[in-house]
Amino acid sequence: GPLSERHLMDVRLGELPAWLAACDFSPQGLLGGVQKAWNSYYDKYINVKRGGPAGISMLLAGYCLLSYGWNYQHIKCHRWRKYH
Amino acid sequence: MNLSFFDQFTSPCLLGIPLVLLSMLFPALLLPTPNNRWITNRLSTLQSWFFHMITKQLMLPLNKKGHKWALILTSLMIFLLTINLSGLLPYTFTPTTQLSMNMALAFPLWLATLLIGLRNQPSISLGHLLPEGTPTLLIPALIMIETTSLLIRPLALGVRLTANLTAGHLLIQLISTATSALLPIMPAVSILTVSILFLLTILEVAVAMIQAYVFVLLLSLYLQENI
Repeated sequence: GPLSERHLMDVRLGELPAWLAACDFSPQGLLGGVQKAWNSYYDKYINVKRGGPAGISMLLAGYCLLSYGWNYQHIKCHRWRKYH
Repeated sequence: MNLSFFDQFTSPCLLGIPLVLLSMLFPALLLPTPNNRWITNRLSTLQSWFFHMITKQLMLPLNKKGHKWALILTSLMIFLLTINLSGLLPYTFTPTTQLSMNMALAFPLWLATLLIGLRNQPSISLGHLLPEGTPTLLIPALIMIETTSLLIRPLALGVRLTANLTAGHLLIQLISTATSALLPIMPAVSILTVSILFLLTILEVAVAMIQAYVFVLLLSLYLQENI
């Protein structure tokens, strides 16, 4: 189908800049994109008949990684410390 | 930059933007809104069962008028529970270690219970300041003591939560520092410290859940006296 209507997973690597240019970057567009991403994650891993701990664990692991990234400036100095 | 053990409690900031609000909103992601189906996914079912159990337990001792508080007490309980538990994950920030947040939760709610009591049943609320059967000579002293204990309640609520969580996080950091420092020198002692760390982590999980429960239970107790 047309480039602007395809999901990110169906876009080929060479077409990525064109797809990004066709994206809607207004606040409503971004919010809609985030909501779509969340709903597709939720429907794939959590909203299933026999879900397990995997769905939530991936979320928590992502949160840990995000927090690591937020604190990176502080953690970076740990490598060079003489006394911890 | 100086390292102190309290650095883990600084509000997270990215390029000058405070991220504490994001840390407070994250637990909402873990709680999906139940849809209208008869049988939902396992997470929604667990969540509904858990919330019903909490609400029932909290509302048992309250009279009909107190049931208006069901939503705020249950949501407060879940909020504190998820924030405390997610703070035990590595590198995460726990907003409930900040005294400002806990006082902001405790003080208005306690004041609400007090004002409800004083407005609707003033003599009964004031009557709580004097327990039944006190000897006549002790009455002035006891009223002052009871007033002090009444006014110190919001402070106690806030500080209890802050202190418990802060102390737990600090202990975990201290013991893990000791473990990693001892590992090249005396591996046997390091293994002992690791087992202590393991037990401490289990304790911290329990404390996280108990502190949330105690906070909300005490609030419901104060409500019982005044409604």
